[in-house]
Amino acid sequence: MKVLVAVKRVVDYNVKVRVKADGTGVDLANVKMSMNPFDEIGVEEAVRLKEAGKATEVIVVSIGPAQAQETLRTALAMGADRGILIKTDAEVQPLAVAKLLKAVCDAEQPGLVITGKQAIDDDSNQTGQMLAALWGRPQATFANKLFIEGDKAKVVREIDGGLQTVEIDLPAVLTTDLRLNEPRYASLPNIMKAKKKPIDEKTPESLGVDIASRLKVLKVAEPPKRVAGVKVPDVATLVQKLKTEAGVI
Amino acid sequence: MDFGLSDEQRSIQEAVAKICARFGDDYWLERDREGGFPHELHQALAADGWLGVCIPTEYGGAGLGITEAAIMMQAISESGAGMTGASAVHMNIFGLNPVVVFGTDEQKRRMLPPLIAGKEKACFAVTEPNTGLDTTKLKTRAVLKDGRYVLNGAKVWISTAQVAEKMLILARTTPIEDVKKKTDGLSLFYTDLDRTKVEVREIEKMGRKAVDSNQLFIDGLEVPVEDRIGEEGKGFQYILHGMNPERILIAAEAVGLGMVALRRAAAYAKERVVFGRPIGQNQGVQHPLAKNWMELEAARLMVMSAAWHYDTGRPSGAAANAAKYLAAEAGFAACQTAVMTHGGFGYAKEYHVERYLREVMVPRIAPISPQLILCFIAEQVLGLPKSY
Repeated sequence: MKVLVAVKRVVDYNVKVRVKADGTGVDLANVKMSMNPFDEIGVEEAVRLKEAGKATEVIVVSIGPAQAQETLRTALAMGADRGILIKTDAEVQPLAVAKLLKAVCDAEQPGLVITGKQAIDDDSNQTGQMLAALWGRPQATFANKLFIEGDKAKVVREIDGGLQTVEIDLPAVLTTDLRLNEPRYASLPNIMKAKKKPIDEKTPESLGVDIASRLKVLKVAEPPKRVAGVKVPDVATLVQKLKTEAGVI
Repeated sequence: MDFGLSDEQRSIQEAVAKICARFGDDYWLERDREGGFPHELHQALAADGWLGVCIPTEYGGAGLGITEAAIMMQAISESGAGMTGASAVHMNIFGLNPVVVFGTDEQKRRMLPPLIAGKEKACFAVTEPNTGLDTTKLKTRAVLKDGRYVLNGAKVWISTAQVAEKMLILARTTPIEDVKKKTDGLSLFYTDLDRTKVEVREIEKMGRKAVDSNQLFIDGLEVPVEDRIGEEGKGFQYILHGMNPERILIAAEAVGLGMVALRRAAAYAKERVVFGRPIGQNQGVQHPLAKNWMELEAARLMVMSAAWHYDTGRPSGAAANAAKYLAAEAGFAACQTAVMTHGGFGYAKEYHVERYLREVMVPRIAPISPQLILCFIAEQVLGLPKSY
């Protein structure tokens, strides 16, 4: 079984982003970029499936500018076998990503596709679900545990208030949640091996996919600054202030 | 000219930083208080193959250059591990270069893999109490008797000798009176550190408590001929081979330590509010920090240039010495500013910067003093008369 993992190059989770002065987006100049942490979990899960003999090949795919190749190399250094870069400098929204991934699925025929539950830049949480719909295959989102049993997968999902276990037919789409696994670090021998692994370059045009944006960003703004709190001497004053100043009682 | 890191170099930096992130500030604060070699970091780096960064692939290493090793060592130091973290592996990264270059195939197969795997640690026994940087005058003697060398003498400032299983040791095999050139007659051995014949006495020191420095008293240590590296009498030339890489690596470590100190200072200056505004809004606080960054960045570029000179087979003495001088001074300035920026808290151990200031004295003094570097540059680069 081939496992396809989608990886996105995003602003590193440690970076405190700044909104551009004209409110059109966040400033990406000289900002550290990394693999989306949920995708890293996806790569780890796929590599573990291969190590357990459940998967035969792990393919990682990224959509974005030339620098997205760095993200693919990171995934290859973690243990993926080969990469596909769909190169474009355009903004690619979740629906377009899902269509591109569908085109890759048609070509590669994977038994399982893993995506992060969301990317930490736009937090859309849509790609995996849209891909399942376009591909006409089952989906298991917010995966906490995965068991492959023949041509089925048992997935424990994180849902509000608890865990839900579902069984789905393969091929299927899985989206990862934070507790699925703890991704490994690339070891030095694996970084050296990753250099020799192939990365195939494609474009949205070569896959025949229209990636035109359906959504328009109107404005991006900083969240309001948190103002300092006040100390009250006793409960009576607190209740008084909640009534008169905060107006919540 | 490309000043950016390659994909591979960036992966190296990130992967090493991730391993080091497991060892937080509290870990290093405790090492500084209690002592105790950071075996956990050494093992974590060994487990992922990092100790073999410069060792040829035939012997289980990655076969990369000093450039990559410098990137790795800066990342270790910059994680907050400082010189304690860096020194825990430093010797293992490049110390065995004489074995790689001049050892026999049998020696390389025997000596290198256990080092890469982290099963053995090596220390570097060259410096002596009464010779200092005047290495050719060293007094440890090795006398060949019945197919074995017998070593007697003393060494000083030998790092990690408390925990090392092996040592690379330089000793005189032909008395200095009997050689034409004083650089001849020294031989190099890589052998077991037999504690029944070598007394290892720790030196208490200013910083880097967890990574021991020692005096060695060698009394009748027997070394098999198979443990001699290269030809007898050529040890000094072999040792010289590793000097420039060592300077490049220690320079990278100094840059890393300066960078982490600067990052802490900038974060503190942003947070600390006095007279109704963050102290970092004052130019008197900002400007020294900005200057530190420029100095560190310039030193880092010098480190990369020196590493490039070495890796591409160019003469690297001037660049390596300049890198070590600039990096140590820039690192020291940054650590000092970091303490001053923190004010009274900078003097408190729990703010970490006082530890950095104590540790940054290591790359300033070792492996060569800043003054001797100035002498070297004056003589070798500017053609001035030799002063030492």
